[in-house]
Amino acid sequence: MRSILRYGLAAATLASVALGSFASTAQELNDPFRGPALESLKGKTIAYLPISIGFDLAQAWGGVIKTEAERYGMVFTSQDPNWSTDAMSQGLTSLIAEHPDVIVTQNPDTQSLARLLKQANKKGIIVVQMNMQGAVQTDAFVGPDYIALGEQIANMVLKKCGKGTDTSHKVALVQGVLTGGVSYFQIQGIRKVFAENPEIEVVSSQAADWDPTKARAITETVLQQHPDLCGVIDVWDGQGVGTGAAIKEAGKSDQVYFVTSGGGAQSTCDRLKDGTFSAVINYNAPGMGRDAWTAIMVALQNGQGGGKIKTQIYSPTFVMTKDDVREDTCWDPQKYAKLLR
Amino acid sequence: MKLAGFFRHLNQERIVFLLTVCLFILFSATLNNFLATNNILALVRSVSVLGILGLGMLVVVLGRGIDLSLVANMAISVAWAIQLMNNGMPVVGALTVGLLFALGMSLISGILIAYTEIPSLFATLAMGTLIYGFGRAHLITGTDVVYLSSDIGWLLEMGQGRLFGIPMPIILAAVLALIIYLFLRYTKPGHFIYAIGDNLAAARITGISVRPMLVSQYVIAGGVAFIAGVITATSVQAMNTRVVNSNMIYDVILVVVLGGVGLSGGRGNVRNVIVGTLLIGVLVNGMTIMDIQYTLQNVIKSVILLAAVVADSIINPRDEQTGQQGDI
Repeated sequence: MRSILRYGLAAATLASVALGSFASTAQELNDPFRGPALESLKGKTIAYLPISIGFDLAQAWGGVIKTEAERYGMVFTSQDPNWSTDAMSQGLTSLIAEHPDVIVTQNPDTQSLARLLKQANKKGIIVVQMNMQGAVQTDAFVGPDYIALGEQIANMVLKKCGKGTDTSHKVALVQGVLTGGVSYFQIQGIRKVFAENPEIEVVSSQAADWDPTKARAITETVLQQHPDLCGVIDVWDGQGVGTGAAIKEAGKSDQVYFVTSGGGAQSTCDRLKDGTFSAVINYNAPGMGRDAWTAIMVALQNGQGGGKIKTQIYSPTFVMTKDDVREDTCWDPQKYAKLLR
Repeated sequence: MKLAGFFRHLNQERIVFLLTVCLFILFSATLNNFLATNNILALVRSVSVLGILGLGMLVVVLGRGIDLSLVANMAISVAWAIQLMNNGMPVVGALTVGLLFALGMSLISGILIAYTEIPSLFATLAMGTLIYGFGRAHLITGTDVVYLSSDIGWLLEMGQGRLFGIPMPIILAAVLALIIYLFLRYTKPGHFIYAIGDNLAAARITGISVRPMLVSQYVIAGGVAFIAGVITATSVQAMNTRVVNSNMIYDVILVVVLGGVGLSGGRGNVRNVIVGTLLIGVLVNGMTIMDIQYTLQNVIKSVILLAAVVADSIINPRDEQTGQQGDI
């Protein structure tokens, strides 16, 4: 009896000591890092200025950043220059005067905004460039490594149309805006691979200005001229719908291997499913939104100010074909568009 | 002497037609496959939408007006119709709504011009911006490219189908050209449009109800724009509202003016539009086959157009009799 009591007491003491120590460590573990982190984000302003807010990529990026910014008590503003480079540089100029903490933007081409972005950095504004890299490096560039992406696409085409295949080895390229980063760097990568494989004959390399109707007319003519065409590369799926429509209508979907790349919106899955695209390299736009948000958090928390630490944040990509398309593989731009409204 | 007589018969339409024929022969001789049936079909097809819009513009320009809202009206009305389809509205219902929107908008333009007497240049410029702005803000709420799903059946035929081996857009453009030709040539309203364009005051004195006629010109153009839009959208299974920002509206004015339709009204017919459209088609097709970069293509295009206009002004110098008030 006594011994039981003694054991009981001992157990109780032990338990209380254990509990007590647990409680005290919990108090110490009350995350000393959270406070300063939240403090560095709270009340900061993010200005979002893509080429346009009307297309799927910009909607996904903006939607994700806005959601996270508001979660941490930040102010998110956005402007829609609607594909006008002039409106964009005006917007950027006035933003620099307003001095937000962060500017998230996208270059319409490599040069137009370069000087202004540099100026913004000089004033201590953190600048994140999305997808279309400009001629200056700022705090972060978020987007796929387009030269590598171009090489990858070229190699995919090489497999179908290169040496050892029973094809014409003829390939057509459909570019976007010649000086746009997405188009310019991708073509560099593609050209590099094809230069090493001289059996590939690039029969056409035309710019369609991001316009599917133009892409369609170009591809239709190319197909008339080269009915034995083996492969087609379009630098963006938004314009590739036109390219693919021309191939499909010519009844050459089986013969022509058509690869393009994009952010993986629902339209991409639809076009894969109906055979308009043979394969797509997906750089997952909501994922890029997350990368951009990460870049913003890092820049604000390291407290160095804009333009001090510069990082290239290359987006992960993956290849998709018809077989990868499931009910919810792709995302709905409407959802993100609503967030930005 | 004979040569002088030949030159006297040259007008802009003939110059442009000759230029087209010369280019056609040159390309046929130098480019492989240019003359292939399929390439010719592709050539005509690629400019059929431009030609259709040109027909709409023709009706307005003949009455000494201009419609700069044509492309905006086309893009927004059709994009909205497609969005309604995507939201589950039956195809016919959605198309009707889109058509009514296009007609309604051009009706407003017409009323502004005919009754409020705002110059057509400003009225339609403002209307174009209004249609696009309103459409993007309140109708097309998602992405600015509205995708068409492939399960809409017969509608897809308008852009992708073929009749006797000829692509539907060409057939539709030809049918529209015929209708507009018959309308302008053989109906009373058609003649009234010429009369109004030639001399508005005189037309009014002779008893033509000028204002309703002006309004109906714009409504016709709006309807034509909607058809052009449906063909565009079904060809690529998407309506890209960004075309409003492009220089497409200038291309439309170009094919009209290039073919020899006078911007001062009252002069021109469907043939002029066809000739102008064909020149652009032959040029662009040939240059694409030659793989000429698109920026350079624009330079070549504009040089040839300038040459055509200069040739016209040398051969047919403007004077007090040929020049009209309001000539742009």
